[in-house]
Amino acid sequence: MFENLTKAIVNFFSTIFSSRKNVKLGIYGPPNGGKTTLANRICKDWTGTTMGSASPIPHETREVKIKEKIEIKKGNKRLSFNLVDTPGIATKIDYEDFLKYKMGEKEAKSRAKEATRGVIESIKWMDNMDCVLVVLDAVQNPYSQVNLTIIGNLAARNVPLLICANKMDLKKANLKKVESAFPQYKVIGISAEKGIGMEEFYSSLFKLVK
Amino acid sequence: MQLTIQFIPYNQIAYLDSDEKIRKLLREVKLNKIILMQGRLNPSEETNLIQQTMEMIDENFKGVEICTVYPEAKDPLNRLRTFLLGSRDGVTVIGPATIIKEIKRNPNKIELLTSEAKTKKSKKRK
Repeated sequence: MFENLTKAIVNFFSTIFSSRKNVKLGIYGPPNGGKTTLANRICKDWTGTTMGSASPIPHETREVKIKEKIEIKKGNKRLSFNLVDTPGIATKIDYEDFLKYKMGEKEAKSRAKEATRGVIESIKWMDNMDCVLVVLDAVQNPYSQVNLTIIGNLAARNVPLLICANKMDLKKANLKKVESAFPQYKVIGISAEKGIGMEEFYSSLFKLVK
Repeated sequence: MQLTIQFIPYNQIAYLDSDEKIRKLLREVKLNKIILMQGRLNPSEETNLIQQTMEMIDENFKGVEICTVYPEAKDPLNRLRTFLLGSRDGVTVIGPATIIKEIKRNPNKIELLTSEAKTKKSKKRK
């Protein structure tokens, strides 16, 4: 009886504390910034698995994907979170853009429809996030309205965020431009695909989530 | 190609609630007009606008291009006012994606690229 009581107490407290520890870490950004590539990198580094398929075709991720209980370590510190990879947020979706990738018209239209639903789902999930990684393509102009809307919205909700200037392995990547666009936020230059800047990224992640 | 640019002064939208404001903007955009609005939407209205735009997308309506330029509200009271009520400072440009191919914001200047201009530009590159 004493043993059962002890188990019940342990379960009760572990439930409370695990829900506090397992924060929801969202990955947000415009399409083709490298959100899923970063999610895959984090998963590969700490769980040995991947999360979803990444592709050069925009809107590859069209529904929210969750990887639960990822635990990362740094020295004596441990950090546990549920990683939420979201579809890219856009203000326009044209099925004809997908035709350029040798896709049939029917498939392109279906992809466009799914992509619009994905954007809506992404926005709805913003309410559930504890912390967010905003993944931007460091080659592109950071002053796009979608970037400003995502960051403005998270700031208005007081959600802590870290900006990841991705694709730093590319020659035209410009970290300074991203930093100057969002001077009030921490910006980390990474290449999720090549694994560049991941040490600093994980250090910043500890600071973001704590 | 004829382009219609419609100016919406702040006093025309100031007393509308968020949904009415967004409906008004999207109604005009769906008529193939480029809207030049005094002021800006607050962050929550901006995401609502994206959500409602996504719900409207079909073979004819491909979405919108939107861009806002505004002076930064530095004091906390001004920030709060902007967050709650939106702001009459700055300008918002919004138009149908079938007409506006791209808006470049850099950061206090807006460059608007219409589909015709973009076609010519890409032809030149070839």
